[in-house]
Amino acid sequence: MTALRNQTDQQQGHEIGLSVRGATKVYPGTLALENVDFDVRLGAVNVLVGENGAGKSTLMKVVAGVEQLTAGQILIGDDVVTFADTRAAARHGIGIVFQELNLFPNMTVMENIFIAREKTRGFVDIAADEQRQEAAALMQRLEHDISPDAVVGELRIGEQQIVEIAKALAQDARILIMDEPTSALSSAEVEILFRVIEDLKRRGVGIVYISHRLEELIRIGDYITVMRDGRITGARHMEGVDVNWIVRNMIGAASKDFAKTIDHDFGAEVFRAEDICLPRKSGGFIVDHVSLTLQAGEIVGIYGLMGAGRSEFFECIMAQYPHCSGTFHVDGKVMNEPDVAGRIARGLALIPEDRQAEGLVQMLAIRENMSLSSLKNFTRGFHLNLKRERESVMSFVRDLAIKIASPENPVSSLSGGNQQKVVIGKALMTNPKVLLMDEPSRGIDVGAKAEVFRTMRGLAAQGLGILFVTSDLEEVMSLSDRIIVMSNGRITGQFSQAEASEEQIVAASADGHVQRSHQQHDRGESRV
Amino acid sequence: MTSVDAAAPAPSQGKQPLILLVLKLRTFIALIAVFAFFVFAAPNFLSTANFVIMSKHVALNAFLAIGMTFVIITGGIDLSVGSIVGLCGMVAGWLILNGVDLGVGYTLYFNIFEIVFITLVVGILFGAINGLLITRLNVAPFIATLGTLYVARGLAMLSSDGATFPNLVGNPEYGSSGFYLLGAGSIFGIPISIWILIAVGCGAAYLAGRTPLGRHIYAVGGNERAAALSGVRVNRVKLFVYMFSGFCAAIVGLVISSQLVAAHPATGETFELNAIAAAVLGGTSMFGGRGRIGGTIVGAFVIGILSDGLVMMGVSSFWQTVIKGLVIIAAVVVDQAQQRLQARVALQQQAALGR
Repeated sequence: MTALRNQTDQQQGHEIGLSVRGATKVYPGTLALENVDFDVRLGAVNVLVGENGAGKSTLMKVVAGVEQLTAGQILIGDDVVTFADTRAAARHGIGIVFQELNLFPNMTVMENIFIAREKTRGFVDIAADEQRQEAAALMQRLEHDISPDAVVGELRIGEQQIVEIAKALAQDARILIMDEPTSALSSAEVEILFRVIEDLKRRGVGIVYISHRLEELIRIGDYITVMRDGRITGARHMEGVDVNWIVRNMIGAASKDFAKTIDHDFGAEVFRAEDICLPRKSGGFIVDHVSLTLQAGEIVGIYGLMGAGRSEFFECIMAQYPHCSGTFHVDGKVMNEPDVAGRIARGLALIPEDRQAEGLVQMLAIRENMSLSSLKNFTRGFHLNLKRERESVMSFVRDLAIKIASPENPVSSLSGGNQQKVVIGKALMTNPKVLLMDEPSRGIDVGAKAEVFRTMRGLAAQGLGILFVTSDLEEVMSLSDRIIVMSNGRITGQFSQAEASEEQIVAASADGHVQRSHQQHDRGESRV
Repeated sequence: MTSVDAAAPAPSQGKQPLILLVLKLRTFIALIAVFAFFVFAAPNFLSTANFVIMSKHVALNAFLAIGMTFVIITGGIDLSVGSIVGLCGMVAGWLILNGVDLGVGYTLYFNIFEIVFITLVVGILFGAINGLLITRLNVAPFIATLGTLYVARGLAMLSSDGATFPNLVGNPEYGSSGFYLLGAGSIFGIPISIWILIAVGCGAAYLAGRTPLGRHIYAVGGNERAAALSGVRVNRVKLFVYMFSGFCAAIVGLVISSQLVAAHPATGETFELNAIAAAVLGGTSMFGGRGRIGGTIVGAFVIGILSDGLVMMGVSSFWQTVIKGLVIIAAVVVDQAQQRLQARVALQQQAALGR
C-alpha cells in the first residue's frame, strides 16, 4: 500500500486549514490540555495519537465545538474563531465522527444522517425522497448496501460506524475529524474507509485521524502529532516515523513513577476460571473459552484493545450474564452463587470500568458509598451501627489517603482520583481475596494514578490476588507480575513480567483478528 | 495532568451557610408559616377540637406519603395506593358484615384482630403484585401501578356492586365489635390513628436511617447499576418498597372505614396524588435516591393544614386547588435551588483541602 503514502514534495505544499494555539482546557481537578499547538493541514491526513486520557478526544471536542477552551485560541486562516456549539463549528466546515457512536437506534439510517439538518420543503415538510437518494449515494460511496430506510438499532456495530461516517461525509466538511473510526470495523471495511479517505484528500479535505492501531496510522497518515498528559510531545511529518518513535513519544523517556515491585512470594491459587464462554447475539463469542488462574499476592494484567471482551469477562465473574458458561473456583472450591452479593461473600470484589455509571451512587455521601457492599459487617439483626460504620470508613479513608472534607459530603464533590479511591475502598471493605479492577487508572491524573498503583502493590503484598484490565501498554508492563493479552474474546498471549516485550504484546492484541479473518465482520462491541 | 485549585474562597470547615440551613428546613419553615397565618386568619383554628380533626385528616395522607416516599426514593411511583385504600376498606367491611361463606352452609366470621390482619395482608399482597410486575416482568412502575389502580378499584366496586357497606358495628358474639375504635378512639386524648402514625413514622424513619435495607433503598434509587454491582439485591429492595406502600394503604383503608363506620368502594380516589405531593413537598426527589421520612410527614402536615385552614377561612374549594398546586410547584423550585447550593458548598469544602 505504498501508493497511499504521499510524496515528500507534495506534502510541503499542504495549506494549514485550522490551527489551535496555546490551548488549555481545565476540568474540575484536572488539566486536560496544557498549552497545546496543533495544525490541521488540508488535503492530508493529520494523525493524532496518545494513550487513553492524553487529551486527544478533548482537543477534538474543542475543535468540533463540543467543549470550549479555558485559554488559547482557534484560528482559521488568520481569523480567530470561537465555536459556541457544534453547529458553529459545522458552519466553518468542521465535521466529526465521534469515538462513541452518536446515533439514534430508534430511527432509520436516512433520518440519522440528516438529523438536525433535515432537507425540507418550505422549512416544514421533510423532503424524504431527496434525503433517501443522497443517503443511498453516500452508502454507495462507502461501498455498503445498507438501505437508507433500515433502522439503525438493527444494524451491526460495524455498519453503525459506517452510518456515523456517512453522517459526517454528508456535511461536506472541509475538515473531518475521525476519532477511532475503525474500532469496530473489519479489515475489509477499513480498506474501504481508507479509499474514501484517499478520495477526500484529493478533494482537499483536511482529515484528523485518531486511532490506537499504530500500523494503521503509519500507513494512512501524512503528519503525526503525539500527545501525552495534555501536552504535545512530538509533531512531525510522517516520513520516517516508525512504531518505536510513536511509542517513545507516547510513553516518554522518563517513565511515570509507578510503584516498584515490593518483593514477596505468591501464595496458593485463589482464583481459577475454566473455559468461560459468553455467546454473542449475532453468533460467535464475546468471551471465547477463557481460562486463567491467579495466585494470592499476584497481580495479573489483562491487556487488550477496546471490545476485546475483557470487561465482559469480568462481568461474567460477577454474575452479570446468566447465559455465560464455564466454571469459576475461589480457593479451590467451585463458585456457583447466582448473584453479585453471593460472589462478594465468596471474596470477590469488582472495581468497574465506568466509575460514574457503575461504581458510585453520586447523590449518596462518601460514607454511604464506601460501606454499601459491606453493610452487614456493621449490622446486628437489622440494626445498623452507624458509629462503627463511620469508624471503619474513616480508617479506610486514612489507609487509602483519600482527601475528603467530610465523609458526609456527596461523593460527586470529589475529584476523579479520589472517587476512584472511594470505589477501591468500597471493594476493600468487603475484605476480598480477589480484586478485579477494570481500567483502574481511567480518567484520573498522573499523581492519583501512581497512588492507585502503589495501593495495588501494597494490597498484593498483603496477599490479595489482583486481576486488572488495561489498554495502557506501559501500565500493564510495569505493574503486572504476569501479563495476559486478550483479543477478540480469546487469550492470545501470556507473558511473565521478565519475558514480556511491548512488541509481543501489541502483536498478540491484534492476533484474534488475523487468525480469524473470516469472522472479522462480526467483531464489535455488543455490551448488554 | 496537574491539579488545579479552585479559586473560590473556602468557608470554614463543617459550618454551613445560613441560607443553606434555611433551605434545608424550608418545609418546616413553611409549616410554621402556614400555621401562624391561620392562627390569625381562621377563627377557632387554635381550638383542641380543631387540632384533633385536622390531625386525623393529615394522618390519612401521611400514611400513604410514607409508603410513597420509599417507592419514589427507589426511582418508582405507586399510583395504586388510592384504590388499595378503597379495596381494603371493602375487605374489612365485607368480613365484618358477611364473613366468609365456606359454601357448606357454614359461614366463617373473624374477630376484629383477624379482620385487621387479613386486610393488611390484602394490601401487602397488592403491593407485592406491583413489585413483581415491575421486577420480574419489567413493566414500568407508572404502568404497572396504573393497572393495579384500575384492578383494585374495580374489585372494590364488584364486592358490593358499588354500594356502601353500612353500619360496621360488628357482632360481639364473634368478637368483631369495636371496629369504630380504630378511627374514633383515643388514648391520652390523642386519636388512635395518630398513635399508629407515630409508630409507622418512627419505624419508617428507623428503617431509612439505621438499617441496611434503608441504605439499599437509597442506593437503588441513586444508581441502580452501581447498587447491583455492589451486591445490593435490587429486585428484593423494590419488591419491599411496593409491599410497604401497600401496607400503608391498607392501614388507611381500615382507618377510614372505621371513622365512617362504613365502607364505600369509591373511597380513596386521587389519594395517590396527595401522597405524591406530600412526599415531593417534603424534599423527595422524583428522580430517586433522595428523600426523608420526617420531611414527608411535615409535607403532609403543610398540605393538610393548608386545606383545612382554607376551608375554615371560607375560601372556595376551587381556589384551594389552585393554591395547593402553586405551593407544590414552589416547593420543587426551591428544592432545585437548595441542591445547587449544597453541591457548591461541598465543592468549596473539597477545594479548601487543596484539591
